[in-house]
Amino acid sequence: MTTIPRKKPDTPSVPAPATKKYRVIGTRPIRHDGVDKVTGQAKYGADVQLSGMLFGATLRSPHAHAKILSIDTTAAAALPGVRAVITREDLPDPHHRTEELGEGAVDIAHLSRNVMAREKALYRGHVVAAVAADDINTAEEAARLIRVECEVLPPVLSVLDGMRDDAPILLDSLRTQSIGGAKSDRPTNIARHFRYEKGNVAEGFAKAKVVIERSFDTATVHQGYIEPHNATAQWNADGHVTIWTSTQGAFVARDQVAGLLGMPVSRIKVVPMEIGGGFGGKIAVYLEPLAAVLSRKSGRPVKLVMDRTSVFEATGPTPASHVRVKIGADESGRITAAEAWLAYEAGAFPGSPINPGCMCVFACYDVPHGRVDGYDVVVNKPRTNAYRAPGATNAAMATETVIDEICEQLQIDPLDFRAKNAAREGTRRIDGPVFSRIGMAETVTAIRESEHWKSPLGGPHRGRGVASGFWFNAGLQSSATATVNTDGRVSLVEGSTDIGGSRTGIAMQLAETLGISAEDVTPTVADTDGVGYTDVTGGSRVTYATGWAAYEAGQDIRRQMIERAAVLWDVTPAQVTYEADGTLHGPDERRITFRELAAKLAKTGGPVTGRGISTHNQPGGAFATHLVDVEIDPETGKVTILRYSAAQDVGTAIHPSYVEGQVQGGVVQGIGWALNEEYVYDASGRMRNASFLDYRMPTCYDVPPIDPILVEVPNPGHPFGVRGVGEVPIVPPPAAIANAIYQAVGVRMFRLPMSPPRLLHEILAKQNNTPG
Amino acid sequence: MPRVFIPPQLRTLAGGAETVDVSGETVREVIDALDAMFPGIGRHFRDGDALRGGLTVVIDADVSPRGLLQKVEPESEVHFLPAIGGG
Repeated sequence: MTTIPRKKPDTPSVPAPATKKYRVIGTRPIRHDGVDKVTGQAKYGADVQLSGMLFGATLRSPHAHAKILSIDTTAAAALPGVRAVITREDLPDPHHRTEELGEGAVDIAHLSRNVMAREKALYRGHVVAAVAADDINTAEEAARLIRVECEVLPPVLSVLDGMRDDAPILLDSLRTQSIGGAKSDRPTNIARHFRYEKGNVAEGFAKAKVVIERSFDTATVHQGYIEPHNATAQWNADGHVTIWTSTQGAFVARDQVAGLLGMPVSRIKVVPMEIGGGFGGKIAVYLEPLAAVLSRKSGRPVKLVMDRTSVFEATGPTPASHVRVKIGADESGRITAAEAWLAYEAGAFPGSPINPGCMCVFACYDVPHGRVDGYDVVVNKPRTNAYRAPGATNAAMATETVIDEICEQLQIDPLDFRAKNAAREGTRRIDGPVFSRIGMAETVTAIRESEHWKSPLGGPHRGRGVASGFWFNAGLQSSATATVNTDGRVSLVEGSTDIGGSRTGIAMQLAETLGISAEDVTPTVADTDGVGYTDVTGGSRVTYATGWAAYEAGQDIRRQMIERAAVLWDVTPAQVTYEADGTLHGPDERRITFRELAAKLAKTGGPVTGRGISTHNQPGGAFATHLVDVEIDPETGKVTILRYSAAQDVGTAIHPSYVEGQVQGGVVQGIGWALNEEYVYDASGRMRNASFLDYRMPTCYDVPPIDPILVEVPNPGHPFGVRGVGEVPIVPPPAAIANAIYQAVGVRMFRLPMSPPRLLHEILAKQNNTPG
Repeated sequence: MPRVFIPPQLRTLAGGAETVDVSGETVREVIDALDAMFPGIGRHFRDGDALRGGLTVVIDADVSPRGLLQKVEPESEVHFLPAIGGG
């Protein structure tokens, strides 16, 4: 094992918390939805009960790849209690067109075929038909009575197999598309090819003293949210439909349903229920259009709820991948060039997060010469969907492991290496744009200054690993309105589904703006008829963008309250000031509090409602550097996480407890991805571990307390300095753990998960290859 | 003049150039000017009155929600990148 000499830090100091200048921001009020959540009063999608409601069930393909020849629903429709049966014939067949979903885009023809198989079933679990009946047992029995004649085809089950020239073709019309729409001329499973270049790669590698190139494979993993997908739809006689669902974006769900069913968006109302986890997996619709069509056909409201097996088999996991990374560094430890080749499984339809993977793979570093190629490849697995910093974790596993190997060869401290090469304000990314103010280097400093880093790591088979990660964050569109009540409290209505406590973070920004307490704001997440358009809860954007919309609504209220005080005092608005503590001051030492003025609204002009929108797009990139200690059982290959510290540039921590929770949650998911989680398929394409008993996610017994180190580098592109925080913490863990494993037992891991049998195999192989 | 960063896969259409300085006060005008210099390249960036589906325009470091309508400054960098989604 190599002893790495410590060097004097050359990174910037960690800035003092920015929140000290605020009254509300940076405090930890009790979450507004807390009582409902802990008393069981919060309403989730499965809780929806409507008069005359029917229950739906789906028939799903037992085959991973099959041509559908015919579907006979006669027996199912004849079963007493069955009110509607739908197949591909009941859904419109939209042409290929791109539907903008706020975050990314989707081909509506592919989305339609994912919701309900048309020509082919493309993965096991693909919906072929759906039934609505008086009770769930009758619906499930009817689904079993549907007869499907099909021709079973050989499945494609890995990304590299899918890229072979002789691979079975999933989608006959698919051609490889490059940026700008250029297409290849023959059928293929390679949906897209992305390329980014900067400088002269050959020239850069020629300057390197050390060049390391390695290949990595990562497994398909699921977001693992507790609450299964669900949807209840009521199609009224006037052609309007209401859908209650668990979604990360009510408006995006509405727009998808509209596109799939060929309806105007204004005839669809989506009511977002409380959500039991999403992590990116509840942006695409699955059951919503089926419930709507079943309701239209039956004339009754219809509820559909997935079982766990269907969630695993048929909803968006994050892709398995094959990644090659090559990095060169000179004697001083400066990166001279970097090259990456990434291929991600898209699942049955194009749309893996390969592009963000390409854009993130070297984003932590100032790389003078670089080239990145990425491929989006369809395979006979469920269509992948976003999962916390989608695409970045796969890429970071490769980059950060190769960097660890370079540090070892050059005898450079891994934190020194990262500090020396850290991307900073002004660094040009390989994909082109230049970073604004970012905190990558500060996260390295924070780890170096942590008690964890300074503590000894004793005992045999123990190792310590470091890794960094990056995620973009997003801005997009958000809306909010806020109404002043006569008791001085404010009702806030916003459109972002609350996954991680965001309604409180948004309410706090409104409270800060108005100079009132967080408890004096009552936030409500509204349906699509109750608030202006708001993009998905994803891309770590909500606290940034919807918080900004709330800030604007607060500014609107401030202006109106100033006008009301002016009326009250018979002065001009210019003579009134609004102080940070929510009091208004006028000439002759006149003074009135927000609450006192609220009681006088009726007599000074009527209700006060503020409105705010945000389309701002300077969310600030998020960086993290993690440090982990592990202990390996050399007899079994089991990895025990002893200690974990996660430093992250969080901009301004609005509610530090929620920020810490996001960091801890992301780390735990990263640990699961690193050590245990994977879809295990047999040769026919059947997932053999489609339950939480067999799909091994970490529990509280598997992880130690995780120490979040919040580095506050305020984002200059937000009034309170907010950066997104929710996604980047999942990026470094697999690489950090892999690097710790290497230090512990001298084995480099190139495949995820690093499960006990896989690690034991490598340990034994190393022992067998060791002379003596 | 605004500087357009040509995506690597389209550089053959721009004579191999990595960047091209063109006149224009909006993204639409920039694309039109680029297309005038390199006929045919414009259709890779726009589809009628909109950016091509799945494409986004980044002005300096900021993703623009306005697409072709986005104003650009004489010193602006203009990047055309695939849209990304988060979780």
